[in-house]
Amino acid sequence: MKIHEFQAKQILARFGVRVPRGEVAETPEAARAIAERIGPRVVVKAQIHAGGRGKGGGVKLAATPAEAEALAGRMIGMQLVTHQTGPEGKRVQRVLVEEALEIARELYLGLVIDRAREAAVLMASTEGGVEIEKVAAETPERIFKEYVDPATGLLGFQARKLAFKLGLEGEALKQAQKFIGGLYRAFEGTDASLAEINPLLVTKQGDVLALDAKMNFDDNALGRHPDIQAMRDLSEESPLEIEASKYNLNYIKLDGNVGCMVNGAGLAMATMDIIKYAGGMPANFLDVGGGVTEEAVTNAFRILVSDPDVKGALINIFGGIVRCDMIANGVVKSARALGTKIPVVIRLEGTNVDLGKRILAESGLAFSSADSMREAAERIVALVKETDPRSLP
Amino acid sequence: MSILLDEKTRVIVLGITGGEGTFHAGKMIEYGTRVVAGMTPGKGGTNHLGVPVFNTVAEAAAAVGVDAAAIFVPPFAAADAIMECADAGLGLVVCITEGIPTFDMLKVKTYLRGKPVALIGPNTPGIISPGKAKIGIMPGPIHKPGTIGIISRSGTLTYEAVQQVSQQGYGQSTAVGIGGDPIVGLKYIELLELFKRDPGTEAVILIGEIGGTAEDEAAAYIRASFPKPVVGFIAGQTAPPGRRMGHAGAIIAGGKGTAQEKMDALRAAGVRVAVSPADIGIELRRALTRAA
Repeated sequence: MKIHEFQAKQILARFGVRVPRGEVAETPEAARAIAERIGPRVVVKAQIHAGGRGKGGGVKLAATPAEAEALAGRMIGMQLVTHQTGPEGKRVQRVLVEEALEIARELYLGLVIDRAREAAVLMASTEGGVEIEKVAAETPERIFKEYVDPATGLLGFQARKLAFKLGLEGEALKQAQKFIGGLYRAFEGTDASLAEINPLLVTKQGDVLALDAKMNFDDNALGRHPDIQAMRDLSEESPLEIEASKYNLNYIKLDGNVGCMVNGAGLAMATMDIIKYAGGMPANFLDVGGGVTEEAVTNAFRILVSDPDVKGALINIFGGIVRCDMIANGVVKSARALGTKIPVVIRLEGTNVDLGKRILAESGLAFSSADSMREAAERIVALVKETDPRSLP
Repeated sequence: MSILLDEKTRVIVLGITGGEGTFHAGKMIEYGTRVVAGMTPGKGGTNHLGVPVFNTVAEAAAAVGVDAAAIFVPPFAAADAIMECADAGLGLVVCITEGIPTFDMLKVKTYLRGKPVALIGPNTPGIISPGKAKIGIMPGPIHKPGTIGIISRSGTLTYEAVQQVSQQGYGQSTAVGIGGDPIVGLKYIELLELFKRDPGTEAVILIGEIGGTAEDEAAAYIRASFPKPVVGFIAGQTAPPGRRMGHAGAIIAGGKGTAQEKMDALRAAGVRVAVSPADIGIELRRALTRAA
């Protein structure tokens, strides 16, 4: 799960990580009031779930409260386009208004789980304010790493090592150690999957603060962090994906026009791949999962075909725990209720496959049945090309 | 022959009195798995599915003797269950549970270090040695005994591969799901080592997906020291970066872990890579024809 910058900073502050003074505003007037309290010079930052906001015009310096109000007025309600949002951009609903600080140095700190080493890894770099992937590719010697033993957590000497490698001294050295310790405690304490401070700010006075902050969380652990779960911003997610999550369906909207519905994540990805291999483009990823009910299947089909880009659907089920007859019943019920007109190709295999095929055949609906994945993919792509020749590559 | 599991393996089912535990333990017994005990804290002393239920794994191990465990407990309790099995001295632990937090698994892996236990999963369909035994939730009847080893990160896609193997006239020695999570127990290399030593395994099918570097590490191992033919498939060739594709582990992050990278690494190691998931069986036939 992703959260906004201002939420990440609230969490970090709880763990003793120093962040600039600031507050969130949803109106220009509120932005002005905040600037009057903490300014006069402030930074106005658009709050969306995407990076690259500065280059897109979503981060601006205001010299006066009046200027802060004007900037907030321009930002709130705008579609902010960055390299991470796609061409349509994301609508800005609120801004973070923060004190403007004197920058001496911009550094980088990041925490992620290293899957190969099976440990959290803390990365620090002298190259703050740039994308870390770029630093890693061009000047890897400027990234310093410390792996954290899960049994002990981050140790004091590890924070010290990194602070020295960043070339810090005096007050900044002291503050950086405290900052790094707090950052790790926040990462572990909230079951985060990513915590990134870019840039980490060092002021002329030696103060160390998080100028920007990004945190993502392990979805599997949200059940034990109700406070984090409450920070979910549904307006940042696609409506169809939210609808799907109500029925425990894994749905992700993609760019193509061949919808697909599959049981199991690996088979769902493979089904997308074979659609492409057959000359089409998948419109979505949809895994109905192992414990799926007929009701969920009915809703899965409805969500799938409610995407206006979908010109045909491929259903690929390899029944293990999931029974093919249950899938068939759910799809038939849904297609009848919706009066589905687009071509649908169904491939059933595994538990109760014969019963499932009979239900489809006797439904009187114009479904096409396929015996293998390849046959199913080739057929649906051909059918979609007939009905919608322009939209295929 | 087979690896890790056969008809003699004595199995305990954790969470046997729950809905899923009851259903799948029943199917495992039906398949021929030697289920000798169940464990549900507080239900010790009772009987379920014809086997004695214990309060702790250690108690069961002392009373009836167990070699392996199947874990069907809720996500927030599963890490503890894995470690309890290791503490009781079990050699094989298969954790079916999906949704265990990553930090819990980091602690588990640290705890297991140096202990003589093989962990399969979590978030796995399990392990099956066809005709002998299965620990997991895969449908038994689609498998048949044979000489092909299968290692996979996914469930239903493995069934697809199993069916294609059967259609080509081959069967499986052992099929193992390593699990779809970022942090899992045994990975490709440990299992390839076991298949290498198993005289009953003639070739291996390796099914991977986007995310992480486990397949790249496997490719390096195969290149250096795996003599048997290997066929590979990587799911997620059309997956967009930055999105979690169902499995917690299936995500292209920071431009790393793409299907293309993994396919290239496997090819460079001499693995026959099926581009289409429909060609896994055919590629296996080609690999074995060439080897013969």
